[in-house]
Amino acid sequence: MSQVFRQVRFTNKAFWRNPASAFFTFVFPLLFLAIFTTLLGNSEGIVNGETIKASTYYVFSMASFGLISACYTNIAISVVFAREEGVLKRLRGTPLPAASYLSARVLHATAVAFLLVAITVVFGVVVYDAHVPELADLLRFIATFLVGAGCFAALGLAISGIVPNADAGPPIVNAVVLPLLFLSGVFIQIGDDAPAWVVWVGRVFPVKHLVDGMRDSYLGLSFHWSDVAVMAIWMAAGLLVARRTFRWEPSR
Amino acid sequence: MTERVIEMRGLRKTYGDLEAVGGIDLHVDRGEVFALLGPNGAGKTTTTEILEGYRARTEGDVSVLGHDPARGETSLKKRVGIVLQSTGVDPFLTVRETIEMYGGYYPRRRPADEVIDVVGLRAKADARVRRLSGGQQRRLDVAIALAGDPELLFLDEPTTGFDPSARRNAWEMVKNLVALGKTVWLTTHLMDEAQYLADRVAVIAKGKIVAEGPPDSLAGRDRMLTRVRFRPRAGSPEPPAWGQVANGDGSFDLHAEDATRMVHEVTGWALERDVDLDVLEVNQPSLEDVYLELTGGEAGEEP
Repeated sequence: MSQVFRQVRFTNKAFWRNPASAFFTFVFPLLFLAIFTTLLGNSEGIVNGETIKASTYYVFSMASFGLISACYTNIAISVVFAREEGVLKRLRGTPLPAASYLSARVLHATAVAFLLVAITVVFGVVVYDAHVPELADLLRFIATFLVGAGCFAALGLAISGIVPNADAGPPIVNAVVLPLLFLSGVFIQIGDDAPAWVVWVGRVFPVKHLVDGMRDSYLGLSFHWSDVAVMAIWMAAGLLVARRTFRWEPSR
Repeated sequence: MTERVIEMRGLRKTYGDLEAVGGIDLHVDRGEVFALLGPNGAGKTTTTEILEGYRARTEGDVSVLGHDPARGETSLKKRVGIVLQSTGVDPFLTVRETIEMYGGYYPRRRPADEVIDVVGLRAKADARVRRLSGGQQRRLDVAIALAGDPELLFLDEPTTGFDPSARRNAWEMVKNLVALGKTVWLTTHLMDEAQYLADRVAVIAKGKIVAEGPPDSLAGRDRMLTRVRFRPRAGSPEPPAWGQVANGDGSFDLHAEDATRMVHEVTGWALERDVDLDVLEVNQPSLEDVYLELTGGEAGEEP
């Protein structure tokens, strides 16, 4: 266990020194939060039959975006690069178990996601006067966050095995997640008049469940454990695929 | 009694119809530097990666420090250091951090500063890895392999891409490792590297071992005939028939059992006939000559 935490420390050091990862994973979601709340913050929308301000809506969709960028995008791209650069091959020749290396990546990503969600929520409380939740709601929120982090980390590991090489890494990783972010209402709220297939995309894939779960738990709206359950199923599927597709070396 | 650190018998590896390694027997004793010498594509890296546990063998028995490397046991990995041909490290960590990180995976580690000194990277200890030159990165590869204080070190083409002075330094570094009591498995396509570093050499060509022995007596090199080469200045009379072969550039080669007498004959003739000799060389056959003969003329070709 101490070996995993040691590895988290080095992963963390390298993460913040890499301008690309620090910017795209960390600054980007916060930048989006500022842009969306500034542009659209004062309008109102209806969620679960209750009227909430768009700024509140964006606090949770941007918190979700932060979690996804830290867990899914960051892990997928880091693992692809580590594989293509031969870092994984070198590790395989050392006594460090693969599970320790990958756990360290997931733990680190979860910590970065936590930081992003915390900053976003505090921003919402301070700037837009979003309310502070009760303990029971907060616990539901934390459960949603943890399962969400696990789910997207597992999907990041799964896709890293599918990506053929480093050049294809960022395009494939983003091509999978960006349409989902839009169709799940992360950037633009999806109204009741949305086409049925969009509604189904939201139901089947985990992104909308993350946004809904975090928002509904935090705001004390009608929270559904089914949101957490869907993410748990995706986590299991992600781990299964990751186990099958994980490669130590670049394919030639 | 010497201890066998590496032993293989009848090692074969095929990829489909292609036989990369065709049944080889080799062993390495503790404290030895063993060099596997051969042209690119001869099976050096395949053999090495089987020993390191990266590849599964098709056939044969392999033992490394008493373990079967194909099982990927942690207890074996703890005692082995590996320098591969193409592996990277995180470019954003410093040299010292990288060595500390990898050292931390091993139960017995060497202080990072000590390892940094062994590979001569003191001036770059706090530089980020991405700022290192190619040669410095290669030294870092060796440093990482040493960080866990291994008993056995695999060096796969450790000086490829080095300039001659960096290569000299790297050789001194390997000599230092031997002084520390390490056993070294080295692959190279450079004759002088094998000659300088290895206690024993095996030449591999097309997946088969074609010769094995100490570099000085490989394939009877010590018993081969000495070559005397001379070139009379243009316009000189034809030398007598000693059995020499004309090289086409005006020079002649003689292969002599008794080189001293032969040189005496040539210089005696030159003095007597007042012939100037522009070239007069006496050479033992080099490892390269032996190697060229064994591998069919593919010495030291870059890929």
